[in-house]
Amino acid sequence: MALVLDSISKSFSLADGSMVDALSGISLAVADSEFVSVLGPSGCGKTTLLRIVAGLETPTSGTITLDGERIAGPSPRMAMIFQEYSLYPWRTVIDNIEFGLEIRGMTWEERKKRAIEYLDLVGLRDFAGRFPYELSGGMRQRVAVARALAIDPAILLMDEPFGALDAQTRNRLQRELLDIWEKTRKTVLFVTHSVDEAVYLSDRIVVLTPRPGRIREIVPIGLPRPRERTDVEFARIRRYVLDHVENMADTR
Amino acid sequence: MRYQRVLLPIILVVAWEIAALAINNPFILPSLETVVPILINPFSASFTLGTGSLAENAAISIERVGLGFLLATAIAIPLGVLMGRSRALNDFFDSLIEILRPIPPLAWVPLALAWFKIGLTSIVFIIFIGAFFPILLNTIDGVKGVKKTWIEVATTLGASERQVLLKVVLPGAAPTVWTGLRVGFGIAWMCVVAAEWLPGISQGLGYLILYAYNFGQTNLIIAGMVVIGLIGLAIDLVFKKVEKKWFSWRGLER
Repeated sequence: MALVLDSISKSFSLADGSMVDALSGISLAVADSEFVSVLGPSGCGKTTLLRIVAGLETPTSGTITLDGERIAGPSPRMAMIFQEYSLYPWRTVIDNIEFGLEIRGMTWEERKKRAIEYLDLVGLRDFAGRFPYELSGGMRQRVAVARALAIDPAILLMDEPFGALDAQTRNRLQRELLDIWEKTRKTVLFVTHSVDEAVYLSDRIVVLTPRPGRIREIVPIGLPRPRERTDVEFARIRRYVLDHVENMADTR
Repeated sequence: MRYQRVLLPIILVVAWEIAALAINNPFILPSLETVVPILINPFSASFTLGTGSLAENAAISIERVGLGFLLATAIAIPLGVLMGRSRALNDFFDSLIEILRPIPPLAWVPLALAWFKIGLTSIVFIIFIGAFFPILLNTIDGVKGVKKTWIEVATTLGASERQVLLKVVLPGAAPTVWTGLRVGFGIAWMCVVAAEWLPGISQGLGYLILYAYNFGQTNLIIAGMVVIGLIGLAIDLVFKKVEKKWFSWRGLER
């Protein structure tokens, strides 16, 4: 077991002094190279959960371990991809990809070499010298993926990375992400509110309840990849997951 | 350049010349041909009533502005970064700054004289006051405007506090800081002229135009004013050029 979340809970205190439970008793084990999605309606704390794993927030209780090692704070073995506004607008595409390597003190030649490698992986070699504002939304997210992969993390944490994109671009990036995932065999923890996206991408889907976020069900997706959205079995699983999510919305 | 941009200045010059001929009093409005020779001989001391050439006086004013401006920059930027990053420091300094900020730089003149006596220190102090607040406030704004995601990306990639500051906060705030520097320099340039009217000062463009007034040399006053305007314009253009070259990403963050 690579990544283990053990009874993670998180409460926030509001301005009036009262406490709100965002997450309650989340326990989850993610295997090496597994693609796991965390799915739930907005306000279910799924992003908070990812931020806790990333070390950007501390849980009120519970622990996270990676290969048996306790994680507290940002780990060099994980990289996070945000929904938007994550590229540095004053840096060119290649300089953005190099950022994590620069932080680690890698030499100029080494990091150029590595950055070009990952530019190739996301198909943006011709855009190395461009600035983020010259790119489309899909291209910017590819750069963000390349930047995360460049530090060679064991785990990719993705917070609704395609949420701000149009439907076609979103579908294309999902396919590309799976290609990259198959090539690199990273463990992926992927937060989304799109049932379709979760079913298309994941080995398992963790469905969270809203306020406080608890695990309602973990749905394994046994379908071989690449998956066809028009496939009967795909539609059946999507319906099944959707029912769970909608049920919760009704009973809120 | 579109011709509209030069149209009004040309009309003004023509109108000036006609008015000067009509008024026929060089103390009220000297004619163009008494001003132009001063401007095209900036290195000659023979037009300036023995107070050094236009260029010499301009150089002295620029040096004074430079000193006050650099001093203001050296204090305002680090303080602004600290205040932008730390809520506690912001609250600690903010009330004092809000009280001092509305005081015009020239209102500090008597106090400057009392503290520093007549001389360079007083002038530099006045310029410092003029440049300090726009630089400080823009730096605070710029640092506060650094997107949270930018910092979090760096944190998750393992950046230290120092690296976050140097590689994310400072470059992210730079365009707004630069605006502060540009505005601060503009005010500093205005302050130097007035500061050179302090008693006991005997050089600089501000001194020159007041001295010219005492001798009834309005043509020299106008020539001095034109030079003050041109230098201010030239420096502002440099600021704009740099802004366009380095900070063109501002407003296009995505």
